[in-house]
Amino acid sequence: MSSTQHALTRRGALALAGAVSGSLLWPGSGRAQAQKPAELKVGITTFLSGTSSVFGVPARQTAEMLFEEINQAGGIGGVPVRALFVDEAPGTEHVVAEYRRLVQNEGVSIIFASISSGSCLACTPLSDELRKTTLLWDCGTQRALEEGRHPYAFRTQGYATPEVLAPLLYLLKTKPDFRTLAVINQDYAWGRDSWEIWKSAMDVLKPGVRVVAELFPRLGATDYSTEVTRLLAARPDVIFSTHWGGDLVTLVRQAAERRLFDRSTFVLPVAEASMQILGRTMPAGHIIGTRGDHWNNHPRPKDPARLARFVDSYRRRFNEYPIYPCHHMYQAISAMQAAYNKAIAAKGGGWPNDQELAAAFRGLEFPTPTSTITLREDGQGLEDQIVGVSTFTDRYPFAVPKDMIIFPAAMVSAPVGQKSVDWVKTLKPELLAQVPAPIAG
Amino acid sequence: MAEWLGQNTLLLGLALLDGLAYAALVFMVAVGLNLVFGVLRIINIAHGSLFAIGGYAAASLGLFLAAHGLPGWIQYVALVLAAALVGGILGPVIERLVLRRIYGHEQVLQLLVTFALFMILEDVQKLVWGVQPVTNDAPLRLLGTVDVPFGEDVIPFTAYQLFVLPGVALATLGGLAWFLRRTLTGRIIVAVTTDREAATAMGIDARRVFLLTFTFGAGLAALGGALASPTTTLVPGIGASTIVLSFAVVATAGLGQIEGAAISSLLIGIGRSAAVYLAPEFEVVVPYLIMVAVLLVRPQGLFGVVETRRV
Repeated sequence: MSSTQHALTRRGALALAGAVSGSLLWPGSGRAQAQKPAELKVGITTFLSGTSSVFGVPARQTAEMLFEEINQAGGIGGVPVRALFVDEAPGTEHVVAEYRRLVQNEGVSIIFASISSGSCLACTPLSDELRKTTLLWDCGTQRALEEGRHPYAFRTQGYATPEVLAPLLYLLKTKPDFRTLAVINQDYAWGRDSWEIWKSAMDVLKPGVRVVAELFPRLGATDYSTEVTRLLAARPDVIFSTHWGGDLVTLVRQAAERRLFDRSTFVLPVAEASMQILGRTMPAGHIIGTRGDHWNNHPRPKDPARLARFVDSYRRRFNEYPIYPCHHMYQAISAMQAAYNKAIAAKGGGWPNDQELAAAFRGLEFPTPTSTITLREDGQGLEDQIVGVSTFTDRYPFAVPKDMIIFPAAMVSAPVGQKSVDWVKTLKPELLAQVPAPIAG
Repeated sequence: MAEWLGQNTLLLGLALLDGLAYAALVFMVAVGLNLVFGVLRIINIAHGSLFAIGGYAAASLGLFLAAHGLPGWIQYVALVLAAALVGGILGPVIERLVLRRIYGHEQVLQLLVTFALFMILEDVQKLVWGVQPVTNDAPLRLLGTVDVPFGEDVIPFTAYQLFVLPGVALATLGGLAWFLRRTLTGRIIVAVTTDREAATAMGIDARRVFLLTFTFGAGLAALGGALASPTTTLVPGIGASTIVLSFAVVATAGLGQIEGAAISSLLIGIGRSAAVYLAPEFEVVVPYLIMVAVLLVRPQGLFGVVETRRV
């Protein structure tokens, strides 16, 4: 009896020690009564090296610029904001380890993760485990919020399904007579997933299109000569490509030089980020997207002054126009500000703990320079999509879209509780009748 | 088979043209790597960085010259000049300050040191050129395109791809072979490669030969990058992907084999192009499948020789 009592006492002591040390190690633990911190630490995972740093570094620059502006204006709820950046380039395992370090050692209040879809898929379960509000600030994979419930994870922009479906609907609306199509996508999750969504939707919206080539060159390929030759020989009516960054620049340059753009209509859903580098090399008359609605020449921005202020500040500081990852970072920061303000107001001016902060994000509406984004009950952001045809104006030394169609987010996003690939298979050609008319000019 | 060939001959012809251009680019990088290993016995991971920096330097120089309204042909001079500058400056610095300290050490240490160098140079590259893609396709555009008949159709190829790249690769191969076999300096390099101790005993300054060879190898890597710059887009990470493919070429050829590098570049270039037409899923792995197939049959590579280990 006494030995049993002794054992129970020891276990109890161990449990108590564990609980105490746990709460010490996790300063942001959801159950704790939150005190207003000296600074609001934000963990941000982004690509700072490697091929994808073409997106990650502009996003980091945006965060640094906006955090400075927020701090100059008094911070969030009177608390200055500080970013702690983590490089995604070493891979998912590195991001997972750094995520734990940011939460358990650095005591960050919120995490922005990530550009890589693989990292997002790894971080959403971590947000459950560590009960840390996590904003999926750029990744597009539909699986992140469709394959499970993650009460602490929220995506503050659109995702793969609307970003692929909107350009397809644009093509079907404006050039409905195509009969053959080829795909050239990068050989990794985004390239494969985006093709699966496109093909599944195309098969129900326009059955009978013949796919004459399916090319998946490796991510970071330096030469597309062979692929361009094959596409020239196959002569498809349409070429679909979700290439991005340097890969897209190389593909467009090699294809343009060899007159592939004269033979086929390109559909490039991620083109926007490469337009400045391509300049006049990007041919006019091809379908381009921006993973959202944040074009510099947005025809009806909700807050034109705010859009102009952001674009001008970024240009002044970095000598280039902001690209879509900059806007996605802006959106995440805007959502964070709105959620903190909401949570602080709900608590009568008190500082929210992790659970209260996450609760503030659910159903949150927050403003962006171009529109208002709503976070659904599953954490997915509803962001409109704008697709148009590449053209040149006097205002920009690079291609921008004309004849833009603004696709309402709800029209091109899978409803809550449905998986994208299953949902797009249920679409009917009648959907095209609901597509808004292009905005002339 | 005959029927299949009849249907696909034209496509295979196109694949051959693409493969030749690709092989030329791969060869330019691999031959420098192979030369350096042949003489210094160091597997230089930083070779990929020299390729990248050569490309960036050529693009920057070309853009600078174009901005100052200089004639188009200067662009081609810029490619060679940029490569010479990168090789001539970085080559001696790296050899003197870093490699000289690790000659004769374990290969693991050499790999670690050159890998560290690779990481440093990658960051230097980002510091200088940033992370946004850099391009200068003026040398490509200036020469225009050539229409290759394809049945009743024509397929436009760039003249740069059809003539300049294979031409420079051939000239490099011929020039290297002549230099190594017909000139005194070349023969000295071969002597040091064959038996460093004996060559040193004969009065050859092996350290000077190492410096010269590494500088030359660095210049070849930079020239590879410079020649690739008009057709590709320079982004962070381009050096890493190049070095991996170059190792596949070198392993297939046999370490230290110059002509072998040319043949294996051709095999890998044409094999990859054929895969894009016939089985695109295998495009990425074809170079490595060829390498594995060769190494299974000849572990020393296509042209490598079995060496007796000295005790």
